[in-house]
Formats: sequence, structure tokens, C-alpha cells
Amino acid sequence: MMARVLEHLPEWVNGDAALVRRGRYLSATFLVEVGATAWLVTVHEGRVTRVERGPFLMRDWAFAVRASAEAWRRYWEPMPAPGFHDLLAMTKFGHARIDGDLRPFMAHLRYVKDLLTLPRGRA
Amino acid sequence: MAELEPIIGRYVRLDLAGRTHRVYFEEAGQGIPLVCLHTAGADGRQWRHLLNDAEITRHYRVLAFDMPWHGKSLPPAGFENEEYRLTTQGYVDLVLTFIRTLGLERPVVMGCSIGGKIVLELARLHAPVFRALVGLESADYQAPWYDDTGWLHRNDVHGGEVAGAMMSGLIAPQSPSETRWDTLWMYMMSGPGVFKGDLFFYRADGDFRDRVSQIDTTRCPLYLLTGEYDFSCTPEDTERTAAKIKGARVTVMREIGHFPMSENPAQFRRYILPVLEEIRTKD
Repeated sequence: MMARVLEHLPEWVNGDAALVRRGRYLSATFLVEVGATAWLVTVHEGRVTRVERGPFLMRDWAFAVRASAEAWRRYWEPMPAPGFHDLLAMTKFGHARIDGDLRPFMAHLRYVKDLLTLPRGRA
Repeated sequence: MAELEPIIGRYVRLDLAGRTHRVYFEEAGQGIPLVCLHTAGADGRQWRHLLNDAEITRHYRVLAFDMPWHGKSLPPAGFENEEYRLTTQGYVDLVLTFIRTLGLERPVVMGCSIGGKIVLELARLHAPVFRALVGLESADYQAPWYDDTGWLHRNDVHGGEVAGAMMSGLIAPQSPSETRWDTLWMYMMSGPGVFKGDLFFYRADGDFRDRVSQIDTTRCPLYLLTGEYDFSCTPEDTERTAAKIKGARVTVMREIGHFPMSENPAQFRRYILPVLEEIRTKD
């Protein structure tokens, strides 16, 4: 299943020294929805320490990024089409939604975008 | 031998709204003046590939200034107690004052994003001044892709980091890494609140939906070129705008985003050389 690529995040992120450095001031848990499947990604000082698959009951998270499985599939294509090439392009065109506490999201926008782009070409 | 580029940088004093501004500009080449306007929150370095292109500078005197508050142009004295905000009127005045002060005769003006937008107002109000106008990523209006520009200027979010991160999405995935990061670097080093102040014009004051139909392209040719990956000013925004302007010429540029001249100069060149050639030979 495509959503399972998120389980590779610890390996991909923690093996990327430049990305870990970019996220070194972020410690937070955020929610990623791939269609009906929810994932909680926990980051500590730029390293992904845990990826859990839902469903979840009364779990806390800072911000959420939600899109359909089809939208993520297109986002993770090796050369995505216009409108599916960037997370905020996806939100503008209604393919994705971002909500919750947007301060850590915006303060670490490049890190979060890069992290969620890692499955590109690998999904 | 030192590897010197043909670009020369100078400073000029411009009188804008009764205040003196020290404005930096670069130029290269000889011939028809071609004034280039950078995007919001960036500076004239975006045009360096064009300024270094012998194919263009053979026929054109290319000039690119840093707007006040941007790049090497200082804000006016007393700026520390002001909130910077670009307006339609102020921007038109800036472009016309630069042209007049330097004594440029019937220049071509090419602008990108906010620069592409002001080109529409220059076409409407001052057509006889120009030989031709070129708007890149230009529209009479574009729907916002985030509600609150406050993210760009607050003390608990680094303005340069967030601007660079946001703009990274407006670059086409095909653009080379080096020019992609050059483009982002300019956003990362913009002064606090300057990008946000430019966006007041881009998003609010520069809504020209009620007036672009007044543009008469028989008085001054108008070319509009937009990148297919630009989701801020989309190809549809440009096409909708052009549909209201008789004679406006539209090109959708493949594998390009919001920063054609800066993010992928080689790809942009394929689109802009024929336009500049047509402008040069038609007049």
C-alpha cells in the first residue's frame, strides 16, 4: 500500500544530514492523512523518532496535512504535474488541507515540505 | 585574466513622492533600452542571466534596478518608523521616474510578478512612453494561496526562512538546483516586512479586473508570458486577463514556474528571444 512509504521516513530523514540540520529546532508530532489512513510522525530536533499508523484515539498533534491517496500519489510522482508539485499548490487547488497550530508548520515550512517530498520517485 | 562580467552597477538618486531615494541599478549592452522589474521581496539580481546574454545585449541596453527597500537600494531616511507598503501609484511613479531620470527613450519594460502586474497599468496609462511591454507571470488578479501575509513578518517566525520555503513551491521541478537556490537566496535575505509590503500591491491594491480592458495594444504592443508551474499567477489567470485585452499576446512557458529569468534562464531564453527579436524588428 502506497501510504506505507511513510514508514520509511525515519530511515530517509535521519540519513539525510542536511535535512536533519534544517529541522534541528523542530520537535513536534504532526498528523499526515493519506485518504482514510492516518499517520502520526514524531520529530525530535530534526530526527524522525517515530511513525505510527492510526486509527488513533484522543492523540495530540501540532498540525495536520491531509490529502487523498490519489493526490499523494500524484504529488509523489518523479516529475509531478503542475498543481501537484508543491504542498501549498495542492492546498490552493483543493487537493490537500493543512490545519492545526500553523506556527511550527510555517516556522519549519521548508523542513516539513522536504520531509513530505521524500517519497517522491520512491513511492 | 580576471573573469569580468559585462554588467556595470551604478547608484542614482530618484525623487519619489517628495523624498530622495538612493537606487542601485545594473546595466549591460547597447541599443534599445530594456528596463527589467524584479519580483516582490527580491532584487535585480534575478535578471543577471539576461544582462550577461550577448545575444540580447547586442541589440538592447538592459537595465535592472533594485526597488527602494530591496537589494542594494536603501529605504528612504526615516524608514525605521514606517511600515513599507507598495502601491500601484507609487510603483508607476518609480518606473517612470527611473526612465525619465536616466533619459531612456521609448524603452521596453519587462517585469515579473509584481513587475508583470505593473506593466498592465503602464500599458493602460502611459502607452506612448514605451516601445513594447512584457509581463511575466502577470494577471489583472490572482486568487491568494494563503490568507494571512502576516506569516512573512512576525518575530517568532524567521521571515527569510519562511519566504524562501514558500517561494520554493513556485519554482518548476525541472529547474536546475543552482538557479533554484539562487532565486530562493534573494527571498531569504530580503529586509523584514518588505516582501509583505510588496504583496499589498500584488494581492490588494493591484486588482485591475475593472480596468485592463482599457488597454490599447495598437498604441503599445503587450506580451504576456506565464510558466505552467506558477500556481500564484496561473496560466489561466494570464489567459483570462489577455482575453479582455484585444491584441495581447500570450505564451504559456513549459517547465517554468513564477521566476522564469531566474529559476531556469536557459528555458526562459527559448521563449523570450523571439519576443525581443519581434519587438526589435517590428518597430
